[in-house]
Amino acid sequence: MTAHKLHNMLVKKEISCTDIAKSVLSRIEQVEVKTNSYIRVEKEKMIEEASMVDKYIGKGGTVKDFTGIPIAIKDNICTKYITTTCASKILESYVPVYNATVIEKLINQKYVLTGKANMDEFAMGSSNENSYFGSVKNPWNIERVPGGSSGGPAAAAASGEAICSIGSDTGGSIRQPASLCGIVGFKPTYGRVSRYGLVAFASSLDQIGPLTRDMEDCAGLLNVICGYDENDSTSINRKTPDFKSFLKDDVNNMKIGVPKELMVKEIDKEVKSAVNKVLMKLEEMGAKIEEISLPNLEYALSVYYIIAPSEASSNLSRFDGVRYGYRNREAKTLREMYKKSRAEGFGDEVKRRIMIGTYCLSAGYYDAYYEKAQKVRTLIIDDFKDAFKKYDVLISPTSPTTAFKIGEKLENPLTMYLSDICTIPVNLAGLPAVSIPIGLSSGENLPIGLQVIGDILREDNVLKAAYNIEKAVGFGRKPDNL
Amino acid sequence: MKKIKKEDVKHVAKLAALDFSEDELRKFTIQLDKILDHVAKISEVNTEEVSPTSHVIEIKNVFRNDIVKKSISKEDALKNAPEVMGGGFKVPKID
Repeated sequence: MTAHKLHNMLVKKEISCTDIAKSVLSRIEQVEVKTNSYIRVEKEKMIEEASMVDKYIGKGGTVKDFTGIPIAIKDNICTKYITTTCASKILESYVPVYNATVIEKLINQKYVLTGKANMDEFAMGSSNENSYFGSVKNPWNIERVPGGSSGGPAAAAASGEAICSIGSDTGGSIRQPASLCGIVGFKPTYGRVSRYGLVAFASSLDQIGPLTRDMEDCAGLLNVICGYDENDSTSINRKTPDFKSFLKDDVNNMKIGVPKELMVKEIDKEVKSAVNKVLMKLEEMGAKIEEISLPNLEYALSVYYIIAPSEASSNLSRFDGVRYGYRNREAKTLREMYKKSRAEGFGDEVKRRIMIGTYCLSAGYYDAYYEKAQKVRTLIIDDFKDAFKKYDVLISPTSPTTAFKIGEKLENPLTMYLSDICTIPVNLAGLPAVSIPIGLSSGENLPIGLQVIGDILREDNVLKAAYNIEKAVGFGRKPDNL
Repeated sequence: MKKIKKEDVKHVAKLAALDFSEDELRKFTIQLDKILDHVAKISEVNTEEVSPTSHVIEIKNVFRNDIVKKSISKEDALKNAPEVMGGGFKVPKID
């Protein structure tokens, strides 16, 4: 059930928060062994918190949006006194002494934490196979990946192990798993949501956002988590609008561009045709649709795999076994301790990215790789700027394929990286974008997702378009064979 | 672009404070070569007179008034440390 439906039932006193928590908990007990969505489930705390919220409501306390709603939090978002591992051995026993700003905001609403959701180590991956705590399985078919890096948050929300989830998106890490798991995933404009307390991967690209079962919960969670924060110097100091107010039936005369660079040969035929069907429906509803070209998007993947690893190599240098995290105890000298702690604490994909990043930033290569990538990033941003002079939103597939098989792309990092060709350009330009489910594949019954991209701070257009697509498609399916 | 050799990987590993076995070195040499060869595609783009982007939104230095605020306690700061001595982080001999 969605959070807004449960909210209405709570307001009418048809259900208690304890009832909701118990039902989510029993779902977790039933399917967690199959999905592995969580690194840590907060069983007792969930019931405790829910009963406290019940008491608060009993005394006449206001039922705000998400009051008493069980929400899963990706394990790279700091929760005070609750282990935050980033799915890495190096942070296996790290206990934050503070809450991330988004957590403080959720606490203000009196949410209920279900647990810390599984993910690719340090959010690096597109399949959730890079977790020290084991792969997450797709609730639609447990032989397939849920996508990544927010595979746990997506699988939890899709399987009913949480009502909704909070994830993070650096190159598609909210939208791609949402697409593969048949739910809604939103990446807000860079700077809309405070990154304070989000363990940094690539600081110029990272953004926190919601994974939900429908657009109304998506807009509701955006209302809660967005806003200026003095603890994040990249946070945008703008008033947060009421995102729910954009969920209106109105796409008449909406101008929609379809970038041909995101409809390339790598996209599955079935995915393409599902997207095209939706475009036809939008046209019937009065939207104006045109194919456009953003020529520099062709280079987005390359730019991303220079910039993101470069920033990561710098951000992850803090994990040195001194102040927190895993330490090799045998090392005799400081330097040896650094090397061994990091070699034993990080997984292969994380090491790969640290290596790529270090190489691209190193003397002699900086200009050819890092600086060049920053320049091409400017060209990609300019392409988007030009497009948004003419169009309200852009539409593309979210992921080139439906959920692929576990192990299928693990041996070839480059093929894995291609999973994010449609989502990566959005992060490079800092734009808001959502993935919404638009259907199931014919043979395997796996979800297909569509991406709506908006201009900087124009979440309004994204929400409006996505809400109308949601209504026109009427997806409303849940994985039913778990 | 130049082909990545095992010696390059060794050098970068040193810069990154990482440690690889021979097997890992072999694997990473092949993988990094492939990835770096792919991303080198950007060299074909003309970027003359294009300025680099480090952040998508305009960022200014954020200043606040110099007023002492409460920060985390020493106890909390040391809570996650692998080894502590005399109220500080203990490390092996500095070489």
